[in-house]
Amino acid sequence: MSQSLSFRAMAIAREAEPVGSLSEVKEAGLDREDLLGIYRNLLITRGVEERGHILYRQGKIPGSFYTGRGNEAAAVGVATAMRSDDVGTPLHRDMGVHIVRGVEPWRIFAQYMGREDGPTRGKDGNVHMADMRLGLIAMVSHLPAMLPVAVGAALAFRIREERRVALGWFGEGSSARGDVHESMTFAGTRKLPVVFVCDNNQWAYSTPTHLEYATEHVADRAQSYGFEGVVVDGTDVLAVYREAKRAIEKAREGGGPTLVECLTLRMEGHAVHDDAFYVPKPMFEAWAASDPLERFRTWLRENASMTDDEEDEIGAGVKKLLNDALQRAEDSPMPDPSELLDGVYATPEDLDTPHHK
Amino acid sequence: MAELTYLQAISDGLRTEMRRDKRVFVIGEDVGVYGGAFKVTLGFQEEFGPWRVIDAPLAETAIVGGATGAAMMGMRPVAEMQFSDFVSCAWDHLVTIAAKQRWRVGTPVPIVVRLPSGGGFSGGPFHSQNPESSFAHIPGLKCVCPATPEDAKGLLISAIEDPNPVLYFEHKHLYRRIKGEVPEERYTTPIGKARIHQEGDDVSVVTWGAMVYTAEEAAKQLDGDGVSVEIVDLRSVMPWDKPAVIESVRKTSKVLVLHEDTRTGGFGAEIAATIAEEAFEDLDAPVKRIAAPDTPVPFSPPLEKAFIPQVDDVVAGLRELAEY
Ligand SMILES: Cc1ncc(C[n+]2csc(CCOP(=O)(O)OP(=O)(O)O)c2C)c(N)n1
Ligand SMILES: [Mg+2]
Repeated sequence: MSQSLSFRAMAIAREAEPVGSLSEVKEAGLDREDLLGIYRNLLITRGVEERGHILYRQGKIPGSFYTGRGNEAAAVGVATAMRSDDVGTPLHRDMGVHIVRGVEPWRIFAQYMGREDGPTRGKDGNVHMADMRLGLIAMVSHLPAMLPVAVGAALAFRIREERRVALGWFGEGSSARGDVHESMTFAGTRKLPVVFVCDNNQWAYSTPTHLEYATEHVADRAQSYGFEGVVVDGTDVLAVYREAKRAIEKAREGGGPTLVECLTLRMEGHAVHDDAFYVPKPMFEAWAASDPLERFRTWLRENASMTDDEEDEIGAGVKKLLNDALQRAEDSPMPDPSELLDGVYATPEDLDTPHHK
Repeated sequence: MAELTYLQAISDGLRTEMRRDKRVFVIGEDVGVYGGAFKVTLGFQEEFGPWRVIDAPLAETAIVGGATGAAMMGMRPVAEMQFSDFVSCAWDHLVTIAAKQRWRVGTPVPIVVRLPSGGGFSGGPFHSQNPESSFAHIPGLKCVCPATPEDAKGLLISAIEDPNPVLYFEHKHLYRRIKGEVPEERYTTPIGKARIHQEGDDVSVVTWGAMVYTAEEAAKQLDGDGVSVEIVDLRSVMPWDKPAVIESVRKTSKVLVLHEDTRTGGFGAEIAATIAEEAFEDLDAPVKRIAAPDTPVPFSPPLEKAFIPQVDDVVAGLRELAEY
């Protein structure tokens, strides 16, 4: 009689504790102003994408439309831990990174709508954009092709002995591709100042995690590349911040890479066309109950005594910011077809930027 | 001027740039202690140290993707593929990121990828290919294919200086076989400008890389027939020197397009089509192509000889055109 072999994958990565009190947060280097700033950035992040949905329904966004609803705390938490001269390659769930780094929402709306004032001037859509002056490198569709690029940025910092760190994002689904392996192998052997951030939102389009990887955590793999892996609750913006900060500063001090896996949610379909029929209903309900924005709002009220007035003021400020941004983006013209051929090849003057010098 | 081999000229160009510009670094498999599979970077690690001559793991995606990231941070990486064939593993990074980033988001990617290419030594299907036409088809990439030591140095320096991703196809069969005078000082060879390898009046050959010398030997044999052959060495296929080709066609009115890569969809097809569009009235014979047949590159010597265009093939093609 054959017996089925059953084994449980064992976690190797460190499982990070949640952040509790205000004093713990202070230890992590955040004062009350910072906390309210984080809350504001979370609201802007969600607000931008909610308005994106409205624009989409109005037929103003060509092509498809993706959001990071449920992933905001992971993105904002990591980006808040970066220093201004650090760089990163955020992906389609990481709008919060653009917001924290200071991308203006009106430019994002212009990008969504293919307008002249989008960062890509209509050449590309969605979150396929980034402002290099803010240390952000624009993603491509191919996942996770930006990881080797982040490693290359870290290599440049290492060669020049600059105390800067590169952050590379990837999803748990795209962790299957060889780019991850090559990036981590190279970064590990050379102890490069790079932090790998995995947004594990439990789905790769319609594919669940058990068909994506066989370990308990994606971060368990870090050990085989010679560095630490950490798993953190990606709906806990403060815990994400703390773990990202540790990893980033470790990299800055020459301690090499870390793989930070944020367990997040995908509170919508893969993209706007997808009703996510394959996601069990209870899962959606559980996600709704662990909304990262609501979680942090409650935390602020309970632990940092955020008042009604403060909350209203932040909410109203964000609303106004986004309404003005929408208006400005709608006023932006469509690109002229004559620009199609512009910039296929760079000119020497293109290299006249601070980072290329 | 010193007489250098093609390979020494590549090293000389690279060393010149690394001495001049701290941003230039080399990354590839076995490029450090070993000096590269073909010894182009022999002695470089002693001179420039392990962080400017970087022995990478066997990971072409990390090498080319990493070069891209470093370039975006202001470095001037020169990545080496151990053989051009392995660039298939880095295709995604060249085509998806390096080629498109300037156009999409305004970020130039000044990288050079060195690609030891070409056959003639029983390298077989995976150590002999000439993949330049695949990349010439990708808007945003440049492809250079030097044939002489002088151009090998000058084009490498131009490639490093260029603000775009440049694929530098160095033909392995030229490494130690071809010698020539190479200026000791730094100079650049313009990308996109052809060179007239030899002047002639009756038939033009448009070619590049190792085939320049195949054409040269064939042309010598036609001297006896009183047929004078002009050889246009394109030097780069993207961008390519259309005016120089058209001018030569106008002069001779007969043209043979010759390359070592396979025929269908090879870059010669683009050249032939352009001649048909822009110089049809100047032609006295149909454009002729000689290229490898549409198969992978074979290993065994008689098969490989049947694959790579030989002097006799070119002689026959030129005679046919001359007699037309
Ligand atoms: C190389 C590649 N193959 C396929 C796709 C199509 N695709 C887009 S997103 C996606 C799922 C990605 O899952 P994951 O990495 O977990 O990221 P998530 O979208 O869940 O954030 C797929 C298959 C792609 N973008 N890139
Ligand atoms: Mg996912």
